[in-house]
Amino acid sequence: MRVRALTGAGQAAGVALATLIALLAGGLGAAPAPVMVALIASCGLFVIHHFLGWVRRAPGFVHGVFLLVMATNLCTAALALASAPVAALWFAATTIALWLLAWWLVAQLADLPARKGPAGLLQALLAPLLFGATLLWLWEVIVRALDVPRVILPAPSAIWARILRSTDILWVDFVQTFVKGALSGFAIGVGAAIVFALLVDRSDFLRRGLLPVGNFLAALPIIGTAPIMVMWFGFDWPSKAAVVVAMVFFPMLVNTVQGLAATEAMQRDLMRTYSASWGQALLKLRLPAAMPFIFNGLKISSTLALIGAIVAEFFGSPTRGMGFRISTEVGRLQLDMVWAEIAVAALAGSLFYGLIALVERGVTFWHPSQRGR
Amino acid sequence: MRNLGPVLTVVAALIALWYLAVVPMNAQWAQDQARRAGQDLSFTALVTDTMSQARPRLPAPHQVAAELWNSTVVEEMTGRRGVMTTGSLSNRSLIYHGWVTLSATLLGFAIGSALGIALAIGIVHNRAMDASVMPWAIASQTIPILAIAPMIIVVLNAVGITGLIPKAIISTYLSFFPVVVGMVKGLRAPDAMQLDLMKTYSANGAEVFAKLRWPSAMPYLFASLKVAIAAALVGAIVAELPTGAVAGLGARLLSGSYYGQTVQIWSALFAAAILAASMVALIGLIQRVTLRRMGMAT
Repeated sequence: MRVRALTGAGQAAGVALATLIALLAGGLGAAPAPVMVALIASCGLFVIHHFLGWVRRAPGFVHGVFLLVMATNLCTAALALASAPVAALWFAATTIALWLLAWWLVAQLADLPARKGPAGLLQALLAPLLFGATLLWLWEVIVRALDVPRVILPAPSAIWARILRSTDILWVDFVQTFVKGALSGFAIGVGAAIVFALLVDRSDFLRRGLLPVGNFLAALPIIGTAPIMVMWFGFDWPSKAAVVVAMVFFPMLVNTVQGLAATEAMQRDLMRTYSASWGQALLKLRLPAAMPFIFNGLKISSTLALIGAIVAEFFGSPTRGMGFRISTEVGRLQLDMVWAEIAVAALAGSLFYGLIALVERGVTFWHPSQRGR
Repeated sequence: MRNLGPVLTVVAALIALWYLAVVPMNAQWAQDQARRAGQDLSFTALVTDTMSQARPRLPAPHQVAAELWNSTVVEEMTGRRGVMTTGSLSNRSLIYHGWVTLSATLLGFAIGSALGIALAIGIVHNRAMDASVMPWAIASQTIPILAIAPMIIVVLNAVGITGLIPKAIISTYLSFFPVVVGMVKGLRAPDAMQLDLMKTYSANGAEVFAKLRWPSAMPYLFASLKVAIAAALVGAIVAELPTGAVAGLGARLLSGSYYGQTVQIWSALFAAAILAASMVALIGLIQRVTLRRMGMAT
């Protein structure tokens, strides 16, 4: 509680100070009027919220509208500011003031009582989205105001323009690296690991031997096998898939073997009293019980797969693919293209991860980590 | 030590499989050579040849072991540029390259785990950070940082930052995440009963943290540190790839792949594996000692 009170006071003081500097240094002449008006309005709302208790105690609807007005105001100020960047004192002060206000808004959103259903989902998404938007905005404004050279850090708007201009190249690279390299390797590696885990599971001796070795191998820099795989399987996607297989195999194996061992003796005894065969016990009891572990392995593997496919392309690839594009465009100092590839990779990786998490929520709905949310 | 027998068996089986794979993988080259020389290759001659090629597709385990030994102990002891002759580590030895990689790894790991712990403390104590930072910490890991590594290195080079720091930054990025996740879990591990007890003692936030949350997070901290240091090593190795194969284990991998020196690639790979294993083992040792002194050892 004390920590929050402290940060709250610090924020209020910061907003006040930054706004004061912005007003004094920018005045009404140097700074564009819309920015200043929106900033003052935001500050006014902030002060009202801070000192008038009834706004905070108002019903959720009123409070929500209040925060919405605040957010619109902030957005106006932010957009107006981003279109007129100057490296001046009032500009820096306004940026800091807006950033502090946005942070405060995120905190308010996080403190709203949680709702159920779609509204709750929206609410859970809103705070991180606002935080991300703030980061992007800060990036844009700083790059523009300080006039950072394009070859060091392009602005988000430049990257977005680049994405729109070269969708065809991005799509070809995406198919080559993600669909052909990462996905096929992921499927083969995960499938092989699960089958192998089922085989290992039949013998306690093998399990005790393989778990430590598998744990050890999972911690190794397997990405280093990329040059070997390129040598063995050629430049095209099979070598990338092979690296991905090697990378995802051990984490997946360890997790599946652990998961298959997760049932209790009591539950296995129950299966025996039903005179269930090995296959029946597997399908009805042990695979479902292993699912949280398997999904944990799948999540780890999903991020590893993309990394493996991209890094393997640094060691040799046909003239397409995300890793190829990144390494050549870095050489040509076309950093906006590199960032465009990164954005695609991040989006693909997040969606893949999210998809797995979604399936997990459906399959392991009974697990404590999925309940109570 | 109950597992020693099975583990040794599995390792022995892996090595046996490796030896078995060496013959078919390298047979093509051996037979080509024999045909060119106009000879007929007997089976035993084929097997001995596949085990001792200079640039095999798959080197035999003993070749890798010999290369490891030669490029560390022999190179330093008797080599022209070895530590015995010149007083400084030879740039042809894996000890030198391993140290280059290890120093970047350790720096990145130290920064990354400190950052991770700080973020976790913030997340546990501040709801706004929990709601806004945590999803982005997760999303940040779906960005294939290893793919961005070359760009970060090149850009930092352009700004004038070279050497250890860029590699350490990539190690930091990879190692902070496991620490954040583990520590958030660990700092939230005390249950309501224990927190209530602290409240009856009228402990303030700092005291609850120092006397309850921090101690109970220790097992989680060490578990995540082990993951983090392995990730930091991977980061340092990949960060060495775009600098043009100057120094470090990653550079050895790259130059090995340029010149088809498979034995060199494999020995660099094993050097990296040994490094990773010994660092994880070291953390495990510290964990055991610490937890025992805290009375939490199992």
